[in-house]
Amino acid sequence: MSAPYLEVRGLKAAYGDIQVLHGIDFSVAEGQIAVILGANGAGKTTTLRALCAMVSTEGSVRLAGEELSGQRTADIVRRGVAHVPQGRGTFPDLSVEENLMAGAYVRSDADVRSDMEQWFETFPVLGERRAQAAGSLSGGEQQMLAIARALMLRPSLLLLDEPSLGLAPMITRSLFEQLTAINAAAGTTMLVVEQNASLALGVADVAYVLEAGEVALSGPADELAADDNVRRAYLGY
Amino acid sequence: MVVLASVLGVFDITLDKLSNGELWLAQFFRGLSDGATYASVALALVMIYKSTGFINFAQGSLALLGVYLAYIFSVEQGLPVAVAVVCAMVASSAVAMFIERVFIRPFPPDHVLPLVIVTLGLLLIIDSAVGIVWGFRTRSLPSMFPSGAPIEWGIAQLTWRTIGNLGTVFAVVGLLYLLLSRTKVGLAFRAVSSNLESARLVGIRVGPTLGFGWALAAAIGTLGGALVVPDLLLEPSIMLRVLIFSLAAAALGGLDSLVGAVIGGLVVGLARNLLVTFLDLSELALATAVAVILVVLLVRPTGLFGSTRVERV
Repeated sequence: MSAPYLEVRGLKAAYGDIQVLHGIDFSVAEGQIAVILGANGAGKTTTLRALCAMVSTEGSVRLAGEELSGQRTADIVRRGVAHVPQGRGTFPDLSVEENLMAGAYVRSDADVRSDMEQWFETFPVLGERRAQAAGSLSGGEQQMLAIARALMLRPSLLLLDEPSLGLAPMITRSLFEQLTAINAAAGTTMLVVEQNASLALGVADVAYVLEAGEVALSGPADELAADDNVRRAYLGY
Repeated sequence: MVVLASVLGVFDITLDKLSNGELWLAQFFRGLSDGATYASVALALVMIYKSTGFINFAQGSLALLGVYLAYIFSVEQGLPVAVAVVCAMVASSAVAMFIERVFIRPFPPDHVLPLVIVTLGLLLIIDSAVGIVWGFRTRSLPSMFPSGAPIEWGIAQLTWRTIGNLGTVFAVVGLLYLLLSRTKVGLAFRAVSSNLESARLVGIRVGPTLGFGWALAAAIGTLGGALVVPDLLLEPSIMLRVLIFSLAAAALGGLDSLVGAVIGGLVVGLARNLLVTFLDLSELALATAVAVILVVLLVRPTGLFGSTRVERV
């Protein structure tokens, strides 16, 4: 098996004096979708934020063999890491089009426009509202915009924090279908934090379960989905 | 009886004035000219407010420093005034970037209160430093524009200076609009002001972007100062007065609106000149500015053109 694309070793993170991650290890192979499950407060969001240097961290984060820890957020983005934060990942005062232009901020190639049109085809509702301020979109539309904004980077690694938060079940399902399609078409490696465990395990290749800042369980997604403890704790049957 | 007579006398004078069309026109032109100068300093305030969400009280002091530099370059070094002003704009931008880097950037950009206190401190430090270096005697800085008036009706003159002040402020607002709406650095600037975290997550370097905003605001403020000072005299407290009128202009126009700053500036300039002339309120000129700020904040806190932030949940 080849070296993992994203390899995390002994990752610790803290907000001030409060230690949230106590040294976690995990890895994601290139082109895979990995999901992080866990109860509220287990450190899922913090894990994603730590990968982008948005909290103070210790430990090693390697992307395609290169060390990311110690780098600034803006430089990590330039390595192809896109992050859709929980809730508001958009620029509310900018138009939908400007949000997508901002997503391509570090790109200088000529394909930015055509990429934008491509995401307008994927998410037609965004195309209809391209001149509207992002803040005037509904919650679900803003979530789509945040994801499209992240994809404008042409990321090699896409971090998604609760993409289904506040979305209707139908929209959530179609969103995950879109994500798997993007993963299949562009080979984008994805790391998803998700409360909707059954849906996430359905699309993921590997899964990690976080408990109190440590990895409690890990393995192929279909094995975890069959695990009795996981089923009882996260799938509810 | 005596009191009545004197009151009637005052009314007579006022009526006399009010029916004097040329005086109206003269004060209208003067108001526009003053208003343009308030507007240009207000534009500098709006630029910082747009990116950071706070009012930079040191803005007038940076402009003061810039105007003194323009004085040095023109009067002492003998450069043409317009060239000297451009050099001073560049120099004050450099100073502003230094100040931003050393005094502002150590504070988290989303904690407004400490930053406001820091800018108040900077105001005092810069104003005093200017006084220590250049002394408190008054000097005069010539205008960038030729003297004389191409258009005259009796005492009402549309001077080159008025035309120049207005032209400058409209050019500045036009260029700023293009910069913010059409360039990548403008997009970064607006992205930072809209959502700091997402700005970082798309790879924008927040610190340098805000530093650029400070540099730009200092250059605009210096230009504004160079428009104001020829009408008054250059001394270390001059920009404090201007800052109050400009704050009123920015509040009236809406603190985050460039067009609002210009219209607010012109309205404040006109109101000031008309009040001073027709109601003999010269002692209260500064108070009218404060009154404008108060009324706007009470009645319409977003100003005439400010955006109420639309955010659906």
